[in-house]
Parts: sequence; structure tokens; C-alpha cells
Amino acid sequence: MSEAPDATSPAPIPVTVLTGYLGAGKTTLLNRILSEPHGKRYAVIVNEFGEIGIDNDLIVESDEEIYEMNNGCVCCTVRGDLIRVVEGLMRRPGRFDAIVVETTGLADPAPVAQTFFMDEDVRAKTRLDAVVALVDARHLPARLKDSQEAQDQIAFADVVLINKTDLVSPEELETIERTVRALNPSARIHHTERASLPLDAVLDRGAFDLSRALDNDPHFLDHDHPDHVCSPDCDHDHDHGHHHHDHEHHHGHGHDHDHAAPAAIHDLSVKSISLRAGPLNPKRFFPWIEKITQIDGPKILRLKGIVALDGDDDRYVVQGVHMIVEGDHQRAWKDGEKRESRMVFIGRDLDREKLERTFLACQA
Amino acid sequence: MPTVAPVDLNDHCLATAFLGEVPVFALASGEVVRLDHGTHRHQLHDGLLAAVTAPDGKALITGGEDGKVMRLNADGTETAMRDAARKWVTAVAAGPQGAVAFTEGRVATVLLPDGTQRSFEQARTIEGLAFAPKGLRLAMARYNGVALAFVHGSAPAIKLEWKGAHNQVTFSPDGRFLVTSMQENALHGWKLDGKPGGEQRHMRMTGYPAKVKSLSWSNKGKWLASSGAPSSIVWPFSSKDGPMGKAPLELGQRADTMVTSVACHPAEDLVAIGFGDGMVLAVRMADSKEGLLRRAGQGPITALAWNAPGRLLAFGSQAGDCGVIDIAG
Repeated sequence: MSEAPDATSPAPIPVTVLTGYLGAGKTTLLNRILSEPHGKRYAVIVNEFGEIGIDNDLIVESDEEIYEMNNGCVCCTVRGDLIRVVEGLMRRPGRFDAIVVETTGLADPAPVAQTFFMDEDVRAKTRLDAVVALVDARHLPARLKDSQEAQDQIAFADVVLINKTDLVSPEELETIERTVRALNPSARIHHTERASLPLDAVLDRGAFDLSRALDNDPHFLDHDHPDHVCSPDCDHDHDHGHHHHDHEHHHGHGHDHDHAAPAAIHDLSVKSISLRAGPLNPKRFFPWIEKITQIDGPKILRLKGIVALDGDDDRYVVQGVHMIVEGDHQRAWKDGEKRESRMVFIGRDLDREKLERTFLACQA
Repeated sequence: MPTVAPVDLNDHCLATAFLGEVPVFALASGEVVRLDHGTHRHQLHDGLLAAVTAPDGKALITGGEDGKVMRLNADGTETAMRDAARKWVTAVAAGPQGAVAFTEGRVATVLLPDGTQRSFEQARTIEGLAFAPKGLRLAMARYNGVALAFVHGSAPAIKLEWKGAHNQVTFSPDGRFLVTSMQENALHGWKLDGKPGGEQRHMRMTGYPAKVKSLSWSNKGKWLASSGAPSSIVWPFSSKDGPMGKAPLELGQRADTMVTSVACHPAEDLVAIGFGDGMVLAVRMADSKEGLLRRAGQGPITALAWNAPGRLLAFGSQAGDCGVIDIAG
């Protein structure tokens, strides 16, 4: 329960989370965010001041503190330091328009994201906008082999920047993109050099906003659709170095592609599972999603879905992080729009057969 | 009838206090406003994060985003106890013999009037600080419990463990109990004179619908009043086992808002209760009788403080509509 919202409450402040290994380009991207003339002011929460060369009063140094909640759930963790810093920052509103949280290289993004859902005060004043993962194109294959965190960061992200593309061959880049896609079919992928890209590709994405999240991504699950092929005019989600297609995310054609090729790097423990079914019986679907996330929550990094509920004229959208699931009616199904239910689960050691079978059993 | 003298400060008020008879209001911007024959403004910090009144009631100790620790006296004298530094000072405490403590990250530092400084490091970030009422002992609340350190000597800190994140910490006025507010909607207490390791040392106080942010001990420590529910939850601490096995009082219940701040009267068993809509009530423990001190205002009440005789009550709000209430009119 939170305090009754007073009429003077300002709009929630958007929060962008930057993840990525040391050397992937987080500081370069942060410096771009702080120095480019976009007219917005950012408060930045960092683990160490490090190399941010920008003079900014609103860079706050904070020790990453992972707090487990006393509710018997091992994956219910929050970043205690963020609660304190965000509370402090929000007592002086008007100084900044948005917050960026930079995590350390090895950080698990889940506690950061969960902080914005589980802490009532933080939740009342801010909204998680998106999790952005930076990937060093040259070092990714090695990182993925030796670290679970590198996989988690990609799997968890809404936006993945494959950075330092000038340091790899086009063939290597293609392999890397396939690998990223295999870990996370619903993320936006950008190719960058020196983390250079239009900032609206990483800021103000609304990735956790149920009314926007999946409309950003109208075909977010089409990668597994057998008849979905790239046409020549298809709007790739690629940035080719310096000549950006910076119009591409604003008119609803931003397909996300997977070329149905297996990941080029084997033994990834994170995988994504896409599910598709007809309209679902709400009396089966809601207990199912609750049970799946209760039981398999620790293994689920992210889940997203658009669901057709039988007898309901509105699309129902869900998104989740581990055991936290949010769902809401989004908008009416359009005439001619196929009323089907689609979900994607990204996680570790997920049982594909069980998920598919139990999801299909929810059909009306 | 109580009368309210409004003080409009247009900024989030974190704390209020009477320094002697002078009301002060500590604001998030870093300014402390002192009402002494006119309004005096003291820009103590670039961003104020914590403020506490010295036990003798003569000074306000503050910590800020600028890393400074400041002392403000009733006459307006400002003293920098610690100069600007990189990290935020997120909690301060004031203890007996003029001792002051502050924390930044995982280190707490005690400053004594003779210039002695001593630092205590914990494995996790220190969220809350409190001095014991007697003797120089510092409690540091952190993840999974509280560390209780002696400022002098080399005895190792006593570790009071309880799973979870502990935010604020407070000693009962007689020093027999230590209570923390937690990240969960709960308080946790330790009976300090209990047997070490014994289960009877722990006191769990749960059932709050929201996080507890304000705690206040009544005069002599018979009661501990708390925020975090539609009424003030007031736990009985008069018996030797504290509130265990007893139901708390629920005072000043409202239907549509929450208690956000509490302050027990310095002499009577009476608590001032501030609400999310800005209302302030005074409620007696003995018979739950309520008196309205201030109608709803522009924002949640964030700070309450009585003057020493208990006739004046200063209040601060998130919206900055602060003031001083004379309960006798």
C-alpha cells in the first residue's frame, strides 16, 4: 500500500539501466548521454566515478547493495542503495528529467529492475524505462563462454548495443548478432562504433510500459514464424556505423529478425522459448501464469506476451521479471487482427515441452 | 483550541526541531530555516539528506549530498564538523558527551568534542545510526542486522543478526531495547539485557501495510509509536519482555490515508500523528482520545517535533507547508 497520490504528484521519472562488461563502452555511452545537446538533464548513479569526464553535480556514487527480501523467494532481490539514492534525488525534483543507472560489469540486472517494481516508494516516483546492454563485439564470444552474467545481461535487455563493430569482420558480426538474437529474440539490436547512435534508441523506450512495450515491437515474436522472411525493403534493426536509420523506430515497422539459424556459440545456458496459441480461457490462463512464475520464477529472466482472452475484445499484455508479473488490458483488437496469444520466456534451464504443453492447455 | 502558525517553505522538509525555544526546519535543498524573531536561512548543504537533534536540544546535526556534516546552534552559529567529500552522507546521529556520528557507504565515523575521530567499517552499507543513551556505544543498522560498537577501547562490535535489510535504528530511552525498521514492512527489536543467543532477545513487530519510516519513544520509554499504517501502531514496552505477546495500540485511525510521521509528547503519554494528507492529530495512549491539531494540507507530513515543555509542536511536510502548533491556543 502506498500513500494516497496527491494531485500535485509529478509524472514518474524514467530510469534507464546500463549493463555490460568492463570495456564494452558504458562510460562512452554515458558521456554521450551527458554531453549531447538533447536539452534533457540526467542524474546518473554509478558504482565508481571512474572515467566519466563530465562535470555534473548529479553523478552519485553508490555501492551496489543486493538485498534479499524476507519473503522466502530467492529471486526477490532489490538494490538497497538505489532505493536510498532514488529517494534522495526525488526529494529535490526539478533538477533532472531522467535517471541513468550504470551497473558494474558483473552485475545481475534483475535486482536493479526489480527495485523499480518491489519498493513502493521508488515505484511511486519513478518508472523503469529500459535495460540497455552493451556488448563488446570482439570479446563477446569469450565472455559468453566463461560467464553466466554476460548471458544474463543480454537475455535481460530491452536494447542491445553491439559495440566496437569496427574491430570485427562482417562475418564475425553476423555470428555475434545471431548469438545475441538466440539469447534474446525480443531485444532491439543496434550495431555501433564508440557507442555512437541516436540517443532516442536507448532513452525513453517505454520497454516496461504495458501500454507501449509490445507495440514498440509489433512483431516481437515473429522470429519463429516459419513464413516470415526478410524482404529487401524490410526495415532491419541495424545501424550501419555512422549512417543511421534513425527514423526506423518511429513508424511501427521495426521488425526484429532472427534468421532461424542456431546460435553460433554453443553451450549457452540461457535460451528463449516462444509460445503461440489461439484465444485463452482466462480461468486457465491466470492460474497458469501465476503458477509458472511461482515455480519457475528463479529461472525466468524476462517474459513478455500479448494474449487474446476468450470473449474479451481487448488485447491483454503481460510482462515479467523472475516472479514479478504485471498484466493489463491494452487496447481493443483491431478489425482483421488475428486474435492469437503469443508469449516469449527468456531464461535458464526452462522446460520447453512443459511450457508449450501447459500454455496450449489454457486455450479456450 | 490549538492554533497553527503556518510557515511556507516550498521545499521538502526532512526534519524539524526546537533548539531551545527556536524552531528549525531542515529542507532537502540544504537550507535550514530558523525562526528566531524573524526568519533566518542557513544554506548548510548542497542537498540535505539527514538531520538529527542533539540530546541536549541545543543543536541540529545535518549531513548532505555534498559530503559535509554541519552543526547549527540555536543562535545561528554554523560549524562544519566535516568538510565536503565525494560520497553522500546518508545518516547522522548525536549522542551523549557531544558525540556525533555520520555514515557514507560502508563506513561510519564518530566525531568527539576533543577532536578524536574514529571510523567503523561494515561489510555492507550502513543505513542507520544511533547512539545508546548512556556510554559511548554506536549502533549501525545494515543488511542482516545491527553492529553495536564501543567508541572507546578495542572490544569488537557486538553483532545482532536478523535476516533482511535494516534501515533505521533506535535505542529505547532506558537503553534496554534496540529497534530497527526494515525494508520489509516490519520492525525488528532486540532485548539487550537478554541472554546472548537466546531466542527471547528477538522481537518481531509485523503486520504493517507500508514501510515504517517514523519511530518515536514516549517519555520514559513505555511506548514506541510508529508510522506505516492507517493508524499509528504503538507498541507497549513497559514490561521486561517488551511488546512480545501483547497487541499494539492503533491510534488515530483514518480510512483514506496513512500515518507518515509520529512524535511522542515529552512529558505525557500522548502522541502527535502526521498523515499522508497533511493532517495532524494528538492522541492519548490511555484512552485513545483524539484532538485535531491541523487540518489536511498540501502534502504528507514528513517531520514532527515538540518543544521541551510540550506545548508547541513543529511540523514539516513534503510540500513545504510547515508550521508551529500551539496546543493550548
